Amino acid sequence: MDLINLTIGSGAGIAVLGYCVVFLGIVMLMLVVMLLCRIMIAKAKKEAAANPVPDPVEPLRVIPAPAPGTAGDLKLYDTDPRDAAMIMAIVADTLGKPLNELRFISIKEVKDE
Amino acid sequence: MDILGTLQKLATESGFAAFFLTAGGWKNLVMIIISFVLLYLGIAKKFEPLLLCGIAFGCLLSNLSYFIGMGENALYHPELWQQFLVDHSYGNVMRHAGLLDFFYIGVKAGIYPSLIFLGVGAMTDFGPLLSNPKSLLLGAAAQLGVFVAFFGAILLGFTGPQAASIGIIGGADGPTAIFLTTKLAPELLGPIAIAAYSYMALIPLIQPPIMKLMTTEKMRVVKMEQSRPVSKTEKILFPIIVATFVILLLPATAPLIGCLMLGNLFRECGVTDRLSDTAQNALMNIVTIFLATSVGATMTGDNFIQPQTLYIILLGLVAFGISTAGGLVGGIIMYRTSGGKINPLIGSAGVSAVPMAARVSQDVGRRYNKSNFLLMHAMGPNVAGVIGSAIAAGFLLSVFGG
Repeated sequence: MDLINLTIGSGAGIAVLGYCVVFLGIVMLMLVVMLLCRIMIAKAKKEAAANPVPDPVEPLRVIPAPAPGTAGDLKLYDTDPRDAAMIMAIVADTLGKPLNELRFISIKEVKDE
Repeated sequence: MDILGTLQKLATESGFAAFFLTAGGWKNLVMIIISFVLLYLGIAKKFEPLLLCGIAFGCLLSNLSYFIGMGENALYHPELWQQFLVDHSYGNVMRHAGLLDFFYIGVKAGIYPSLIFLGVGAMTDFGPLLSNPKSLLLGAAAQLGVFVAFFGAILLGFTGPQAASIGIIGGADGPTAIFLTTKLAPELLGPIAIAAYSYMALIPLIQPPIMKLMTTEKMRVVKMEQSRPVSKTEKILFPIIVATFVILLLPATAPLIGCLMLGNLFRECGVTDRLSDTAQNALMNIVTIFLATSVGATMTGDNFIQPQTLYIILLGLVAFGISTAGGLVGGIIMYRTSGGKINPLIGSAGVSAVPMAARVSQDVGRRYNKSNFLLMHAMGPNVAGVIGSAIAAGFLLSVFGG
């Protein structure tokens, strides 16, 4: 077959053969990969059966300590955390003090009567 | 001292004069304008910028410095590489080479595409493919465009090796296209590389209309089950098994598959993190610079401005479209055989442009079902496409490379 000046029939034949070869190669690879996966899944199941997972123990209740450098909890009444953060930043800026040197105890929205 | 004579010599030897005084000099001017357009697309439109910027600038440099009959100061010499096809002598190239000729040796010897594959392997997680091995079939189905475009090129009068190089554009894999074209039809390298990378960048525009056309809304909204977790051992064994199996099956794929899987082994084995990092980043970036500029350099006016360039651009688009359709047909078959559990949109990701094609599947899927996450499911066929296009290239190289 002249591979340089291919006839239309030869070109069609090579195209079909090529697509089949790609499929064949991929199908064979898929089977090998599936076999690998099965072996691995079976191995994992065997290991799981040999080493059963112990019943979950209720975790110890730990009272959270305040993070170092913080001034404790801040109570918010009818205020979004986002608004509270903005208020604290504005106060710190107005006072000219760093935020970590100020202690906010609570922020409450004052509603108009 | 003959000042006038010197000035006249400088003027006639300048590139400005060469545009109008040498045979085909106007083509250089056209190519310079094309390089500006490509730079614009790469920088402003972000079309595969890492490659397109280098390709465009390589094109600019070679068309600024090489004019037929005035090539002694050029950075790239096409006639040296035509001679190489006859005598296969790197010695002759080295004696007369310009800077970009030296860069091009890495393309010609198949070094850069293979090293790019090493980096791609180091960046790729084959976990989604391992968790659903059937998705490999979609990577095969999406190679349909390669062989349809190959046949189309034969109908348009291209030779067998040229048609094979044009067809591989449908694999949507730049390094594979460059690798195969350099071996089979180096005279077409510029247009094929431009077509491959341009269409890869245009995947988000090319694929969605085809996906919409070929699937129903009921298919597009399918939510797929979560994939099973893949163990570390499987991920380590996978590159070793694929390299062994595929290279034994098709030895011509050895440079590409070998490097792809070596890179992946570096990534997964857990003891070569430094090598994996180098392959993914530094090496990949260095090779990309050399690859892009030297491929761009092959786009000399005389070589690029040909009617066949238009055919290649057109056939490349056909190849991309049909590959997408092939993947979708595979996806639809899997949708039907699985009783509607597989979303056929993941089939279009079987073209190997990683991860762009998988992202398109995700985007189109979410357009029809906001809570649908197809990305990881689409990554399986996507990386399978890389293997599929390497096998297709290996087949074509086996047939036409002898």
